[in-house]
Amino acid sequence: MDLHNLTATELVARLTSGDLSATDCTQHFLDRIQKHASLNAFVDVPLESGESSLAATAELAKKRAASIDAGDIKGPLAGLPIAIKDGICTAGVTTTASSKMLEKFVPSFDATCVAQLNDAAAINVGKTNMDEFAMGSSTENSYFGPSLNPFNTGHVPGGSSGGSATAVAAGLAPIALGSDTGGSIRQPASFCGITGLKPTYGRVSRFGLLAFASSLDQIGPMAWTAADCALGMNYISGHDPKDSTSAKEDKPDFTAGLEDSIAGLKIGVYPQFFADGIDPAVEKAVREAIKVYEDLGATIVEIDLPHTASGVAVYYVVAPCEASSNLSRYDGVRYTYRAAAAETLDQMYADSRSEGFGAEVKRRIMLGTYALSSGYYDAYYLQASKVRRMIKHDYDRAFEQVDVILGPTTPTTAFKFGQHTADPLAMYLADIYTVSANLAGIPAISLPCGMSDGLPVGLHLQGKSFDESTLLTAAHQYQKVTQWHTTRPPMDQEVSA
Amino acid sequence: MSSAAQREAVKFEDVTVVIGLEVHVQLDTQSKLFCGCSTEYGAEPNTQTCPVCTGQPGSLPVINQQALNLAVRTGLALDCEIARYTKWDRKNYFYPDLPKGYQISQFDKPICGPGQLKFTDAKETFPPCVVEIERAHLEEDAGKSVHDDAGRAKSKIDLNRTGTPLLEIVTKPDLRSAEAAKAFLTELKLILTYIGVSDCDMQHGNLRCDGNVNLHINVDGETIATPIVEIKNMNSFRNAERALDYEATRQFDAWQEDGLTIKDAPKRTFGWNDATQVTVPQREKEESADYRYFPDPDLIAVTLTESQIEEIAASVGELPAALRERLKTEYGLKAYDADVIVSQGRGVVEYFLTVADGCGNGKIASNWVSQEVLRHLSETEAEIADYPVSAESLTELLKVVVGGDLDQTRAKEVLTEMIESGLTVSAATEKLGIVKVDSGEIDGLCQQLIDENANVVSQIKDGNAKAVGALIGKARKINANANPGVVRKRILEMIEAM
Repeated sequence: MDLHNLTATELVARLTSGDLSATDCTQHFLDRIQKHASLNAFVDVPLESGESSLAATAELAKKRAASIDAGDIKGPLAGLPIAIKDGICTAGVTTTASSKMLEKFVPSFDATCVAQLNDAAAINVGKTNMDEFAMGSSTENSYFGPSLNPFNTGHVPGGSSGGSATAVAAGLAPIALGSDTGGSIRQPASFCGITGLKPTYGRVSRFGLLAFASSLDQIGPMAWTAADCALGMNYISGHDPKDSTSAKEDKPDFTAGLEDSIAGLKIGVYPQFFADGIDPAVEKAVREAIKVYEDLGATIVEIDLPHTASGVAVYYVVAPCEASSNLSRYDGVRYTYRAAAAETLDQMYADSRSEGFGAEVKRRIMLGTYALSSGYYDAYYLQASKVRRMIKHDYDRAFEQVDVILGPTTPTTAFKFGQHTADPLAMYLADIYTVSANLAGIPAISLPCGMSDGLPVGLHLQGKSFDESTLLTAAHQYQKVTQWHTTRPPMDQEVSA
Repeated sequence: MSSAAQREAVKFEDVTVVIGLEVHVQLDTQSKLFCGCSTEYGAEPNTQTCPVCTGQPGSLPVINQQALNLAVRTGLALDCEIARYTKWDRKNYFYPDLPKGYQISQFDKPICGPGQLKFTDAKETFPPCVVEIERAHLEEDAGKSVHDDAGRAKSKIDLNRTGTPLLEIVTKPDLRSAEAAKAFLTELKLILTYIGVSDCDMQHGNLRCDGNVNLHINVDGETIATPIVEIKNMNSFRNAERALDYEATRQFDAWQEDGLTIKDAPKRTFGWNDATQVTVPQREKEESADYRYFPDPDLIAVTLTESQIEEIAASVGELPAALRERLKTEYGLKAYDADVIVSQGRGVVEYFLTVADGCGNGKIASNWVSQEVLRHLSETEAEIADYPVSAESLTELLKVVVGGDLDQTRAKEVLTEMIESGLTVSAATEKLGIVKVDSGEIDGLCQQLIDENANVVSQIKDGNAKAVGALIGKARKINANANPGVVRKRILEMIEAM
């Protein structure tokens, strides 16, 4: 049975029609998770009971599937398996953010989006691996080791939501939740040949998301298709009184307009997207996608986003500043890792945080602490905040002319393990096309648009605030006339060979 | 620097003591500032907590609208500018009772801007003061660390208090004596309790006060300022006065010794030691505190509209200063008497106003409330709401007194009876056998006394009117209901006519 080659939308249709039992569906994906454990898509830590966390989650999933089949739990997603990034709280299930610091942390509550999915009768099949506290672009910063790119296991899956991307691309879950602070949904989606949406800031509640940079973080869906992302959005978005930054916007049916024609759609292209540093194969694939859109009746308009060139610089001030404060709570006092044998309180803090955090997390905490310090605040945080507003303004102006902005998601395809670990700056530049959407708070989607040397290329569409529907429609219409989103990794053959 | 000889020549009486205060007031909300947990005092440790106030990963704060309203109400009562736009900032520092590793506070856009508080000393020991309020901002409280003083047991953390709303009110350094500082605190507390924003219970830490002190000293025409010291732990107004007094003297002595000025030494932190009655330097943090304030990205800025502010303004009510003025002008009370009543709080004022309006005599009402009612409350450590005689009943009693049908001494007996047996005025009067004595009966009684006490009568005739007192005492023994005032008047008239 090739259930893992079906889309989430197709699975839901079969599950709700009674064609497929939740138990069979769940078991299929649980088996695949086990079979492809070497991809390290999921976080698996030993629990106090001695059981493994992934096995415990699998048991819960099976019980839930049985309850759904018995009719005790009902909902529109009726047993759809879903993988959840391990930086999103799941009540009673370990939530580690792939950090040694939180290896034993079990939240007492569900994130709002997880509660919404539970209400819809979806089934959590596992918590996915990530860069520690979502800081990274490759999952190489996970305390539990990196996830592998199913298209080529010598390459990174991207990050920080690399485990979610690996899980979907490898057919271990039809849909996954990621979170995106500077590209953490879109970049791994691009590297793993799937579709990933970062919604408008405020569209999906952040309640229950372990904060990295609160003003940038946003949870979103990752799946094979734009239609699946639209389906996911219907069950994770909406106003949440528990999140003060949650928007009071009406929640549309994100699947409603997918079949609408995009003839007349104005698509903006910023020439600098194709400037220095871009892999020619990526450029070629994206330019071909532009032709596809022209064929679909869209108009291509050249636009200017002059301040986005500062996006990475602004991002690497704002995000570490917020992170340095957000991560202060991991201090060894309560639920976190605590260093043994410290003599004084200060020593306990220093040892616990030195030993509990990985190198990249510590680097960013130090960057942020420095940038917020008295005497540096104006030059860094304040200045970055000003440029951030200018970037937002660039987008506002551009969206007066166009409906969607198109470009590459990343300058290159998935890089090799270890390729950038010695040079953090090179790693940070992997975010060059994605960070500005976070800074401006606008929605953006990555969808596969080509292959280069056996690795997927991602197409990046950015939209107006709270206009995810246009992005999803544009992506869906593209996927109706292209096959890139159906290109599966060769892994099943390799593993069986 | 000033020379030792110059310093020697200065007397403490000639220096100006400069004091500014920072007052933390716990706002009287049902729930905490950013979550729904109860703020009730005294619960078992760590029972009034949730993921938000314990800063658990993934939790987010949501502002308590009532706390904002109470902060605005306070600002309006202190004549503050109310911010139309106010935001939240994080104050970052590590401490085990601060579970997020930062405190949500307000840095550069406090909810209340500049204001002022005027107060006078009813005893007039210092001139009327106007203290400028610099700002008042909202912030969440930290938890409580319980250390084993002996250092043997582990420290314990109680997070019940974490996230409780505090309003920090900061004055300009406008106070010129410890006594004035105490009077300011007293008036501030009175205002806060009048407007119902806090019970200001210092024993429960619902009002906490820190003071910044230094001295301005004139040396040969040049004003020198001593280094500023912040005093913490002044846990009662009396201690605040003592601590500030002590610190002023200590600074003067130190300056005479070393001559150090504000330019030579950084601000230091001292604590008030209640047991030894001295201020002692507190351990300075190893690094000078850099709290790395920045806007809290989890919370949106608050905008207040004119209509919201107007609505809150309507809830402020009459403030103590205005009430004192009204008691003086409308009820004819002396400043001191008006202050006694107003300083007892709104409940006593309401009681007084009912009695005064009902019996038609403000002064008599004031005397009875200040003496009888307040004495009883202080003896029984009760609140006015618990006083057994209602304002309406006391009014009824005082109407009889004002009408001249009952003397004050007997009226007090009636009141005692009313308190003890819960009887009405008429029932208590009847129980005590008090009946009205007619004028013929009084005249007969007076004639009898004149006849029986020739000795006293002759003294009165000789001009010693005070001697009549002896006869009044006797009159009381013969007929307890005879009004002493009337008896005195008739005896003197009858002797005059002899």
